Amino acid sequence: MIEKEILLERLKETLPGCSFDISGEWLNIMVNASEIKSVINYLRYTPTLDFDGLFCLTAVDMKDHLLVVYHLLSRDSHTNVVVKAKIEDTVNPCIETVSDIWKGANLLEREVFEMFGINFNLHPNLKKLLLEENWTGFPLRKNYVDDNMIEL
Amino acid sequence: MNYSIMEAITEKIITTDLPEGQFEINMGPQHPSTHGVLHLKIRLEGEKIIHIEPVLGYIHRSIEKMCEKLSYRQFILITSRMDYLSAHINNTACALVVEKGLGLEIPERAKAIRILMAELTRLASHQLWWGCTGLDLGAVSPFFFAFREREEIITIMEETCGARLTQNYSVPGGVMYDLHPTFVGSVKKIIQQMKNNFHEYEELLGGNIIFQERTKGVGYLSKADAISFGCSGPMARASGVSCDVRKWFPYDGYEKLAFEEILDEGGDCWARYNVRLKEMKQSIAIIEQLIDNIPEGDFQAKTKNVLKLPKGEFYQRVETARGELGVYIVSEGGTSPYRCKFRSPNFSNLSAIPEMAKGGKIGDLVAIMATVDLVIPDIDR
Repeated sequence: MIEKEILLERLKETLPGCSFDISGEWLNIMVNASEIKSVINYLRYTPTLDFDGLFCLTAVDMKDHLLVVYHLLSRDSHTNVVVKAKIEDTVNPCIETVSDIWKGANLLEREVFEMFGINFNLHPNLKKLLLEENWTGFPLRKNYVDDNMIEL
Repeated sequence: MNYSIMEAITEKIITTDLPEGQFEINMGPQHPSTHGVLHLKIRLEGEKIIHIEPVLGYIHRSIEKMCEKLSYRQFILITSRMDYLSAHINNTACALVVEKGLGLEIPERAKAIRILMAELTRLASHQLWWGCTGLDLGAVSPFFFAFREREEIITIMEETCGARLTQNYSVPGGVMYDLHPTFVGSVKKIIQQMKNNFHEYEELLGGNIIFQERTKGVGYLSKADAISFGCSGPMARASGVSCDVRKWFPYDGYEKLAFEEILDEGGDCWARYNVRLKEMKQSIAIIEQLIDNIPEGDFQAKTKNVLKLPKGEFYQRVETARGELGVYIVSEGGTSPYRCKFRSPNFSNLSAIPEMAKGGKIGDLVAIMATVDLVIPDIDR
């Protein structure tokens, strides 16, 4: 396992546009949504890093912006890393898809699309997955209101 | 039916532009081999599968949204309803993530009890899978053989936890109650019974030439695809991907136990069948190591009544009977999670099914779904 401090030193120089956070269990890489593809490509295809597994893809609504969170795992070194893409535009958020790198991202991105309303550009089949087709609103957003929801 | 609706449907069928000779059928949501409410839209050419599209959400209960309103003690209970065959392991994952956030050290006895219960759960889950696989492929008797031992395990669960399936036994800080006085005796009895009867498990299905013909070389999943789809658990290990969380990221003291990670290079249904059967043996070995050495002491650490996680993010992964379950919690310092995400093993395993079944016969799809061992509530959450 590569320690997060060592990983940070290595990535600091090669990923200049990103900010890093090592306060958590794993190294967090914060990046703007427009640069996500180049960062993910670098982490995936650099032979010494080789983060070949995307084991979790989700989003978090931080009220003034949205975060798309990618949890990556390198199977050679058993190192985990978290990449967070920040989307400033909450009205019409969009980000590039990673489903061409990992086939498993196809369904995961569809779930994020319906729950948070984040559009994944170039996704091959972007439509609702768990909800009904005529559902309005994005349930996992913090400002979502449903008349059937009752505060206990 | 209203005439205009009828007309609209007919029009839709006619205008669906499929190439000549191809047609679409629906498998599920009420199909016996989908083991729940999974709906697959299958495009066929004769018997050959051209394309599969899973249609999900029939049992979506918005568990992640509900977790945002529940306290850190309450949200554990809801996870029993995701993968109901690995309920105890799901609960343990949530308890572990809360303990990680609080920086809480739990007693050795609690750890041992959790592992014992987890391996019993895994055994019971694999037994049900073994019986149902036989049922799906036309052999009825394995179901009765599997339920003979499974019933005993479920009874042990009931004695200690008070519930048969949704145990809710793990709590932040340890386990809810101490073991039932008869626990050790009953577990030893069922382990001996399993060992005596294990040859039946191996021979009844695996020794059957029809079963072999229906599973060997069917539903091939390559190692590269298994990684790309994010598959985990016995399904990925049958394709040669080493991914046992108990080995790579040990929790609850799995690092102190001697057991093997079962790997197979086959990648087909037969390999997945063999991996699960061998895993049952490993579970028995783990239980045997622990059952005489359960440490004395407390079964629960002292915790506050109201749990508050510090601001930050916490992720905990565990190995359920089907693969890697991850719980991701974003905390803002309150009494309930700001965002709670469950990375469920079945969700990723399901996404590989269209690739595996493509080009095969529709009858083989039943074999594929049987050996992938999906639990639908875990996919929909």
